[in-house]
Amino acid sequence: MTWETVIGLEVHMQLRTRSKMFCGCSTAFGDPPNTNVCPVCLGLPGALPVPNAEAVRLGARAALALGCALHHASVFARKNYFYPDLPKGYQISQFDRPLATGGVVHFESAERGRVAVEIQRLHLEEDAGKSLHDRVPGRTAVDLNRAGVPLAEIVSGPDLRSPAEARAYLVALRQILLYTGASDCSMEEGSLRVDANLSIRRAGDPALGTKTEVKNMNSFANVERALEAERERQVALAEAGKPVRQVTLLFDAAMGAVRPTRSKEGSHDYRYFPDPDLPPLVLTAEWERAQRDALPELPEARRERFVTAHGLSPYHAGVMASERPLADYFEAVVAAGADARAAANWIAGDVMTGYNTSGTLAVQPARLAALIALERDGIVSLQAARRVFGELAGSGESPRMIAERLGLIQVKDADALGGWVDEVLAAHPDELARYRAGETKLLGFFVGQVMKRSAGKADPKGVQPVLKERLG
Amino acid sequence: MSAADSAREAAAALERCDALGLNATLHWSAELLDAQAAAVDRRAAAGEVLPLAGVPVAIKDNIVTADAPTTCASRILEGYTSPYEATAVTRLRDAGALIAAKTNLDEFAMGSSTEHSAFGRVQHPLDAARVPGGSSGGSAALVAAGAVPAALGSETGGSVRQPASFCGVVGVKPGYGRVSRYGLVAFGSSLDCVSVFGRTVEDAGRVLRAISGPDPLDSTSLAAPPITPGPAPADLRGVRIGLPREYFPADLDPAIRTALDRVAGAVRALGGTVEDVSLPHTRYAVPTYYIIAPAEASANLARFDGVRYGLRRIGPEGDVRSLYRATRGEGFGPEVRRRVLVGTYVLSAGYYDAYYRKAQRVRSLIAHDFAEVFASGVDLLLTPTTPTTAFRAGERTEDPVAMYLADIFVSAVNLAGLPAISIPAGRSAGLPIGAQLIAPAMGDERMIEVAAALERMVSAVAEVR
Ligand SMILES: [Zn+2]
Repeated sequence: MTWETVIGLEVHMQLRTRSKMFCGCSTAFGDPPNTNVCPVCLGLPGALPVPNAEAVRLGARAALALGCALHHASVFARKNYFYPDLPKGYQISQFDRPLATGGVVHFESAERGRVAVEIQRLHLEEDAGKSLHDRVPGRTAVDLNRAGVPLAEIVSGPDLRSPAEARAYLVALRQILLYTGASDCSMEEGSLRVDANLSIRRAGDPALGTKTEVKNMNSFANVERALEAERERQVALAEAGKPVRQVTLLFDAAMGAVRPTRSKEGSHDYRYFPDPDLPPLVLTAEWERAQRDALPELPEARRERFVTAHGLSPYHAGVMASERPLADYFEAVVAAGADARAAANWIAGDVMTGYNTSGTLAVQPARLAALIALERDGIVSLQAARRVFGELAGSGESPRMIAERLGLIQVKDADALGGWVDEVLAAHPDELARYRAGETKLLGFFVGQVMKRSAGKADPKGVQPVLKERLG
Repeated sequence: MSAADSAREAAAALERCDALGLNATLHWSAELLDAQAAAVDRRAAAGEVLPLAGVPVAIKDNIVTADAPTTCASRILEGYTSPYEATAVTRLRDAGALIAAKTNLDEFAMGSSTEHSAFGRVQHPLDAARVPGGSSGGSAALVAAGAVPAALGSETGGSVRQPASFCGVVGVKPGYGRVSRYGLVAFGSSLDCVSVFGRTVEDAGRVLRAISGPDPLDSTSLAAPPITPGPAPADLRGVRIGLPREYFPADLDPAIRTALDRVAGAVRALGGTVEDVSLPHTRYAVPTYYIIAPAEASANLARFDGVRYGLRRIGPEGDVRSLYRATRGEGFGPEVRRRVLVGTYVLSAGYYDAYYRKAQRVRSLIAHDFAEVFASGVDLLLTPTTPTTAFRAGERTEDPVAMYLADIFVSAVNLAGLPAISIPAGRSAGLPIGAQLIAPAMGDERMIEVAAALERMVSAVAEVR
């Protein structure tokens, strides 16, 4: 029996604002508990919410980048439930009239090629606080610094067919969201959270099976692992002829397993109704146009342009476009005169290594372009250029000056080359004899030996004619 | 007269009211009054212009103040003091007013008699056996007893106009959004209005002027300037007053009908015209109100959970559910529990469409009725404020529906968000009768001016037969 997996994801992203969704408190991460609070986010009697215009702008920006229709009137609603870290006894969210609906995200699936995932909706809401179970022995403490932090919830259609696709979709989604600057999208700091719905059905069956919800996944890799575990669990149930029940499961990363929560989350009646404290959120067409105009070129368009305009391979185009700073850097290096493919090679190699460890692009684009030119013009070898690159970040010297200081400028002078060639031939009489006996593939060996003897300074293009002349 | 003198007078008057057993105040102190007065006198001496310099104003205890507790007359908030102040209170202080006392009310403003207070019922100042109306009964009683010239109350469904009518004082409910709700403990947020009692229309108007106007802390406050009524016009020539026939049922108390006839006569005597009009959806106002207000209240009162402030009780199970159950079970009185239950029910899955959504539709029909009448050229509507005069304490506490019907002439105004005012229009068997004027949206000023003109013509205390 083959089973098809059907997955939809709900992503909560924290909007990158300085203040909370409905009050002026700071959204700073990691401050002492209950220091970023006020009457509004504490839910004190009589306090009222006032929407944060910057959060609305960032939510709209993300929605437009995801190709959603932005609704010019959306409605904040109260989602009612009791929980100690929910100060008002309801969360202000959006329900039947969200900010945006009907977008799409494309990603490359290993199994299915280019896949379009529907973005069913993007809505704005406030975060709850945090219950701390380990702070005071035997008691639960509540930290309300997060209460009221602005979130956008992004709900995908049930369009993903494997845990690997779920992960690939998240990577593509995160790329877009980072491009917009709407969020830091950091799962470690909780600015991106993922809940997944998964069901299985017999291959070819149009009806959806009973879905379960999986939570508590703290990385994209764990999303994939958790969904694999849940898929296996459902398949085992189905094959044993047992029904799948609608439950909420938590992923235990240490065990690599999912287990049901004790709370009956599925049975909640949230009694949503429009929040009478907040008039409908009204946006004008003019405002929408301004937001649309302010959108950056998005990863997919940029990737395509890197292939068509710069002649990059799809792989390199993908790497260059994966993050906005990297793509901007690539374009700046090209603008400074570097060949695009050479620039992409450098960026995908040594530049990326540094970027991934330090998070910064330490070498100014013009200096990288100058280094690339040195190598292109045969003034330094590729190997030498990589040594120069290593010195570039912390130095004010030009690439050429560094190459000179390190003695890395390639030697083209025939006399100097001839000297090294003669030394090599004298040191390897056996190989010389074999070459002369017709083993001409030893030419490469001699070139290598010359490079070694010259400590990399000999110009390999110059060495060959000299060698051939002597061996002649 | 200095603010210090005014503070001493107010303290003496409050003392008398407490001694009489009105039970209208929940917290006040002569020291606090004196301290405020000293500050006001200093500001005045420094040349500051203070429109309400030294005027003592009582505040319903569901409006937060930082220097005295705010309990909403509920056990669940016993001893709670807000760290911040309501916008209306801040504006009163800015204008030089003295916050004289926090006044008793029906718990969380849920009631029409001020009998549903956790701290005991308020007595009617003219008859200890009767109720002052509610839910702002404490504020109404203090103004009626002459302790303060003005007081803040709050309206969700007539909670200022109805007790104003019962107590024989002026009660103004401004249009929704004209006074900030920031710091008014929410009951039915789409209906709630900070409202004003005054000994006279002018007193009420002065206070309203000080507290109204836009507030960035309340997203539902209107971007309109403060309510600034002019003086009473010398005549009402060209003014068209509508008498909605649904507000004059056949079984209306004859004394109240006569009192309203007198007011209509005063309109004519001043050169205005009176005509019959119809608001066909009036009879749905009370049932609609009793779906929408409890629905909103069920969410608004969820924050009283024993976690952060107020009463905390933990049940025998010792878990968080038992905390909620014990705190809310013990903290809320029966009327509050009743409304939270009703509100939870009408919002729950499967009932939302039949109750809440339908009530919202009826609400727009009610608002549309008013809009149509005003669009026809009628300037103001004239109605009785209440179907009876003040009833006896205990008479309706066991019958919620009879209690709710005390608001039959006031609820529709809140559903439509309109301004309305109740002015004294005579007495029946010694008990005050109120006449209500209802204005179109943004008609607060005109309404107050016309009320001031009628106030001069109609005796507040003459016996009506
Ligand atoms: Zn806050």
